[in-house]
Amino acid sequence: MATIKLSTNKIDELRAVCKSFNHEKGELINVLHKAQGIFGYLPAEVQEIIARELNVSVAHVYGVVSFYSFFTMLPKGEHPVSICLGTACYVRGAEKIIEEFKRVLNIGVGETTSDGKFSLACLRCVGACGLAPVVLVGDKVYGRLSPESVKDIVAEYAK
Amino acid sequence: MAKFKMHLLVCSGTGCHASESELLLQNLKTIINDKGLDTEVQVIGTGCFGFCEKGPIVKVMPDNTFYTQVTPNDAREIIEEHVIKGRKVNRLLYVNPETQEHISDSKHMGFYKKQLRIALRNCGFIDPENIDEYIARDGYEALAKCLTEMTPEQVIEIMKKSGLRGRGGGGFPAGLKWEITSKSVSDEKYVVCNADEGDPGAFMDRSILEGDPHSVIEAMAICGYCIGATNGLVYIRAEYPLAIDRLKIAIDQAREYGLLGKGLLGTGFDFDIELRYGAGAFVCGEETALIHSMEGKRGEPTMKPPFPSVSGYYEKPTNVNNVETFANVPVIINKGAEWFASIGTEKSKGTKVFALAGKINNVGLIEVPMGTTLREVIFEIGGGIKDGKKFKAVQTGGPSGGCLTEKHLDTPIDYDNLVASGSMMGSGGMIVMDEDDCMVSMAKFYLEFTVEESCGKCSPCRIGNKRLHEILDKLTKGNGTLEDIDRLKNLSYVIKDTALCGLGQTSPNPVLSTIDNFYDEYIEHVTDKKCRAGQCKALMQYVIIAENCVGCTACARNCPVNSITGERKGVHVINQAVCIKCGACLEKCKFNAVVIK
Repeated sequence: MATIKLSTNKIDELRAVCKSFNHEKGELINVLHKAQGIFGYLPAEVQEIIARELNVSVAHVYGVVSFYSFFTMLPKGEHPVSICLGTACYVRGAEKIIEEFKRVLNIGVGETTSDGKFSLACLRCVGACGLAPVVLVGDKVYGRLSPESVKDIVAEYAK
Repeated sequence: MAKFKMHLLVCSGTGCHASESELLLQNLKTIINDKGLDTEVQVIGTGCFGFCEKGPIVKVMPDNTFYTQVTPNDAREIIEEHVIKGRKVNRLLYVNPETQEHISDSKHMGFYKKQLRIALRNCGFIDPENIDEYIARDGYEALAKCLTEMTPEQVIEIMKKSGLRGRGGGGFPAGLKWEITSKSVSDEKYVVCNADEGDPGAFMDRSILEGDPHSVIEAMAICGYCIGATNGLVYIRAEYPLAIDRLKIAIDQAREYGLLGKGLLGTGFDFDIELRYGAGAFVCGEETALIHSMEGKRGEPTMKPPFPSVSGYYEKPTNVNNVETFANVPVIINKGAEWFASIGTEKSKGTKVFALAGKINNVGLIEVPMGTTLREVIFEIGGGIKDGKKFKAVQTGGPSGGCLTEKHLDTPIDYDNLVASGSMMGSGGMIVMDEDDCMVSMAKFYLEFTVEESCGKCSPCRIGNKRLHEILDKLTKGNGTLEDIDRLKNLSYVIKDTALCGLGQTSPNPVLSTIDNFYDEYIEHVTDKKCRAGQCKALMQYVIIAENCVGCTACARNCPVNSITGERKGVHVINQAVCIKCGACLEKCKFNAVVIK
């Protein structure tokens, strides 16, 4: 895997985050949340810095990152599309919505379009079951979707 | 506080928020200001009203008018007509689906009639970002009463007498848990609020935190006083940004008022609360896993005993309760144990919040006394099945629960009855399914979830669930044998008996309950290679009935893979080798010519 050059500004920011948590290893998950906020994802390089700062092994950090579905080691698209696969959305046809997004964006779940605009992911329940089936683009929630509405959503961001 | 003549309550829960309720709130405020009414009419963003199906909701007080599906553009009409001229905006009122009558008072709506709101008492009534409104509704009175008039033992006694059981799923008596933790000797103890609502389809904890965060803060402080803890921690999902924001605001306000921090209410008792974020792991709802996650580790559970009440967060005695459990506490202290124990059934006291979702008319959050039947919940409160279809099953308890059917509809809902029927209370998710849902596929869906969420520590759960999923997948593809069904059952029992934590011990429930209740359907998948719900793609074909086809070409035009051929005004045919079974033709055909075979 090619090594990624991280910007020094962001690395400084990350170090400051670790410091703000007193380099406590018990704060690892909080640090990871902040780190993902800074970098958008958690590549190996970021995990190494965190391991050094909190004085834990890289394996421990990786173990935690890979355990929780909220953390990602791959960069997401500019507009991350997350399809809710909670039970309420599932029984109201979330699978068809996934298929349609796959078809329209021409990528699989967990992938990013070649222009880096969209990435596709599934998540479990955003708690907006009243609007099922639900899709998130970034932080914006789209509810009561039909497969036909997928094209319009993508068009909204494709500009 | 200023006195207002009228209040406009706008739902700002996640569901309505997603339907532009924020903009609606802004519009209402702007127009009220423009008209110079801001000293008389107050516009408040509140927590969830529960009736998410009809959101965004605006309630006008004091006349209790309940407007549904309000858009930002409706703001002007509500103000000019209702607020200024006193004429209700009829078109925004709820319409009774049976009588087509407009109903303006929510008390008369089927959805609210049978509800009793204790945990949700303030959701939809107060501005969750304003502590004064909570205090105006007797907020922090219970805490004051406990700290100044009662000993910890007396408070625990009330909790025990009330019969309140843990609302997170386990149903362990809350008072007993507090007592055990209070008796553990240690220099430091912790109160933890479990707000890691991972059960897909359940959103009561989120709604309570968004709509009434102070009730949880107050209860945690009371718990701290009882068990002798000065530190409280809320473990909350990072997926709930709105709830996190509201909780943070509430904690800051409570500190400002001396209701958190050093010397609460001028007594010698110190208590403060911090937040810890979850990161998307279902297993972290299990208390030992949750504690490991709070310590910054992988959220893997450990064997109990020792229970967290004895050895929890950093090996200190820790009392873990769920959000809804805490939300009940201040009311119990204020109104007394006898009052609470008078509601509900013999062994399950009080109320339970359920998240109604799936194929039901009134999706939303409801709170009913324990002992209400499934039929009342689904058909009276829930308004029956969507699109007039036939009720097939209801899944309670999420991925750990089971599917209940027609024959269970009149069972009074409580912890023990649900377990006896092969399901469980869980956190209160209730997903309704209709005749179009395939039960084998449902079981597979839940197992897919468990396989993904299994932490991998113990082999029955890690390997066993994977095998269950594989067998179910085989069945849905039409490759199953009758032995496979037996294998599913046997393996399920082994996993239940041997898995380490609650996740594994309950994960086969959806499989067992669907086999028990829908054995015919399993058999059909094996012997007839048929899925009666038409959901298992491998077991069905879309076919055009020649007599019904008028040759309108709608199906051919909408087929994404061009598998349909036929002349205009001639009979169309689907090429099965090309068809991807997406169902677009069925949806587009207006002449009932496309059928599933």
